[in-house]
Amino acid sequence: MRENLHRFFRAARGVGVHVSPAESIDAMRAVAQVGISDRAVLRDALLLTLAKSQDEKLALGDCFDLFFSQPEPRQEQPESVDQDRSQEADQAPSSGAASDADGSSQQQELGPLAQMLLSQDRNAIAAAIASASGAASLSDIRYSTQRGIFSSRILDAMGLQRLRDDLDELTATNPALAERLRAALDALREAVRDTVSQGLALYAREEAENLRNEILRNAPLARIERRQVAEMRALIRQIARRLRERYSKPRKRQRRGHLDVRRTLRRNAAWGGVPFLTTWKRKHRDRPKIVALCDVSGSVAQVSDFFLLLIHSLHEVVDDVRSFAFSSHLIEVSEILESKSPEEAMSEIMSKVGFGSSDYGSSLVDFEKEFMSTLTPQTTVIVLGDARSNNLDPRADILRRISDRSKRLVWLNPEGRLAWGFGDSEMPRYATFCSVVRQCATAQQLERAVSDIVATYQ
Amino acid sequence: MADQKASTSIEAVGSGLAAQGYIASRQIATAVYLSQQIEKPILVEGPAGVGKTELAKAIAAWRGMKMIRLQCYEGLDEAKALYEWKYAKQLLYTQILKDKLGEVLGGAQTLHTALGQLHDFGDVFFSKEFVEPRPLLQALEQPGGCVLLIDEIDKSDAEFESLLLEILSDFQVTIPELGTVSAITPPTVILTSNSERDLGDALKRRCLHLHIGFPEQRLEERIVESRVPGISQTLRRQMVGFIHEIRSLDLKKLPSVSETIDWARVLVLLQATELDTEIVKDTLNVLLKYEADIEAAAPQVTTFIAKAARSNVFG
Repeated sequence: MRENLHRFFRAARGVGVHVSPAESIDAMRAVAQVGISDRAVLRDALLLTLAKSQDEKLALGDCFDLFFSQPEPRQEQPESVDQDRSQEADQAPSSGAASDADGSSQQQELGPLAQMLLSQDRNAIAAAIASASGAASLSDIRYSTQRGIFSSRILDAMGLQRLRDDLDELTATNPALAERLRAALDALREAVRDTVSQGLALYAREEAENLRNEILRNAPLARIERRQVAEMRALIRQIARRLRERYSKPRKRQRRGHLDVRRTLRRNAAWGGVPFLTTWKRKHRDRPKIVALCDVSGSVAQVSDFFLLLIHSLHEVVDDVRSFAFSSHLIEVSEILESKSPEEAMSEIMSKVGFGSSDYGSSLVDFEKEFMSTLTPQTTVIVLGDARSNNLDPRADILRRISDRSKRLVWLNPEGRLAWGFGDSEMPRYATFCSVVRQCATAQQLERAVSDIVATYQ
Repeated sequence: MADQKASTSIEAVGSGLAAQGYIASRQIATAVYLSQQIEKPILVEGPAGVGKTELAKAIAAWRGMKMIRLQCYEGLDEAKALYEWKYAKQLLYTQILKDKLGEVLGGAQTLHTALGQLHDFGDVFFSKEFVEPRPLLQALEQPGGCVLLIDEIDKSDAEFESLLLEILSDFQVTIPELGTVSAITPPTVILTSNSERDLGDALKRRCLHLHIGFPEQRLEERIVESRVPGISQTLRRQMVGFIHEIRSLDLKKLPSVSETIDWARVLVLLQATELDTEIVKDTLNVLLKYEADIEAAAPQVTTFIAKAARSNVFG
C-alpha cells in the first residue's frame, strides 16, 4: 500500500497539487489512522491532508478516482490463485475430462504467463500487469509517444519471450490450444495498452501542461487559434494571480530616523508616557492608478482582449482602473468589463466600437474632451495599439498633454520594433512623448509589461 | 480491524456533533477525527455562514472543553494575541517594594556591588506573574485541553500568520524572557477563513484543509430539522428546495445555511404551513442581504416555488 500511495503522490503532483515530503508524511499518518478499507473515507483523508484549496481538491478528487480505478496488485494474490486453481481442478473432471486431459498435462510444461492466460485468472493477470508496470517504472512516462516503448517493456517484464517460445511449440503440437493462447495474448496486449494510457493520463499531465503553457506563453496573441482562447484565458488568470501575490503585500515601509511623535506617545501610554518603544514614521505608497486606452480594431483586438482581462483581474493590486476602447472613436468600457464575464464583455465592446478602421487622432480627441480630468499625477496611462492610423492626423500633441498630466505614459505595441515607422505607423512620432515603449505580442511580454508598470509603485 | 475502528470512530464523531445540533457531512467528521488523531489544526474555508465558527463551538460542547476564541483583524499583533507584560503591575510592585529594595541594597557600598546584589535576585519582575496571557497563550495553558478557534485568519496581516506557525506545528510559544512554553494538553485548533486573501503555503501546510460549501439538499433539511424543530416536513422540504433554486442565480451574496435557519425560524413565527408567493416576497429580505439581489430574485419567486414543490413530489 505504501508503494501505491507514493505513486499516488506522484500522480497528484502531475495534476498540479503541491505535495511536499512533509505533506506526504502527514497523508501517510492519516491513512494509517483511517485505514484503506473504505474508499470514500480514504479519499476524504487524502483530500484533507494534501489539497490546499478548493481547486486542488477537485483536481485531486479526479486524480484519486482515476488512480484507484486501476487494477491493484492484490496482497492475497497467492491464495486467490490457489483457489482458482482448485476450482478449476474441481471443474475440469466434470466438464469433458477427456478433451482437456492432454491439454492440462501440456499446460504444466508452459511458462507461467501462458499458464496464467490459459487459466483465465483475471485477478492474477491484473496483478501481474501492475507489478510488471512497476518493474518497467511506468510512472516515468512523460509523452504520448512513449506509449509503445512502455507497453513492450511491460510485456517483456511479464515474460513475453517465454510466451512466444511456448506459442511456437504449441502451434506444432496443439494448434487448438495455440489459438486460444494467441487470442488471450491479444487481450493481454489490449489490457497493457489501457494501463499505459491510464499511466500517461496520471503521470504525464504535469510535463505536457508545462510544455503547452510554455509554448502558449510565447505564441503571438494576435494569431492565436480559436480553440486555444480558453486556455489562454486560463493562462492570463494564472499570470494575474502571480502578479497579485507578488505585489499585494503591504505598501508601507518604515522610514527609520523620523520619529512619529503621536504614535509613540500613544503606544507608551501604558507606562506613563515614558518612551520605551519608539514608532517611526511610515511612508505610504500609492496603489497604482491605471488608465488603459486599448485599440480594438481588427489587428489588435485579440491582444487588447487579453490585456483588459489581465488588468481587470488585478483588483487587489491596482486601486483604480479605467479602461477605454477605441477604433474610430473612443468609449469607456470599465463598467462592461466589471459587470460581465470576459467573453460577453468583449463581444459587447466589439459590437460598440470594434472592427472599424482605427483613427488614433479622433480617438485621442474624444479622450481629451471627456476624460482628461481622470488623469492625476499618480496615474499610469497605458496605450495598447499598433499606432497605424490609416494616414489620418495622429494628433500627437494630445498625447503630449496626456503625458504631462500623468505619472507615466506606457505604450504597448503588438508589432515588432522593425515594423514601427513603416507604412502608416505613427509609432516614432508618438514614442517621443512616452515614458516607455515596448513590444507586447505574447503572454510573456504582456506579463513583463504589466509587472513593470505595477512595480514602479512599490 | 483498525479500519473497522476508524469508520466507527468517524461515525461517532458525526453523531457526537449531531447531539450538539451540528449536522456534519462525512468530510467534516473525517476531518475532526483526523485532527484529533494526528494532532493537526484544521483550516476551514468556505463562504460566510456555512457553519465554520459553529463547528468549533460544536466540537467544544461535544467534548466538554473550553473554547477560546481569537478574532483576527487587520493590525492584530503579538501583544493582543499571545501575551503582554503587565506594566502597571510591574510599576506598582516596584513602588511597593521600594523599601524592601532599599534594605536589600542597603549594605552595598558601591554601585557595582549593588548591581551585583540585584542580579542575585534574578528577574523577579519578568516572571510568570507579570505575564498577561492572551488567547493563544491561554489555550496552551489549559490543563484539560481546549478548542482554540482562530477566526477569520484571512483578515489578519501576513506577519501574524508567521507568528502562528510555531503554535500550529509544535503547540508551543517562545517568550524571550521566560523561554518556551509548551502546551500541557495540545489544544484542538480550528482556523477559519473566508478566502479574502490567499494564505501562505507554510500555514496551509501545517493544517488539514477542509472546505465547507453549501450543503446538499438532504443534509440541509437535516440541519434545519435539528435547528428549528417546530417546522413541518413539507415546509422544510419546500423551503430548502427553494433556497437551492435561489443559489443557482448569479447573486452578490448567496444565502447560506445561517440564512436558511433564520428563514425557517421566520416562517415558523409567521405560522406558514406552505410556501406561497406572497409570504416569500415578504420575507425575501431574510435570505438576501442586498437590494440588487432581491430585485434579481423577486421575478423568479413563483417559478422557484413551483419547482421546489415539483421536486418535492418526486423526491
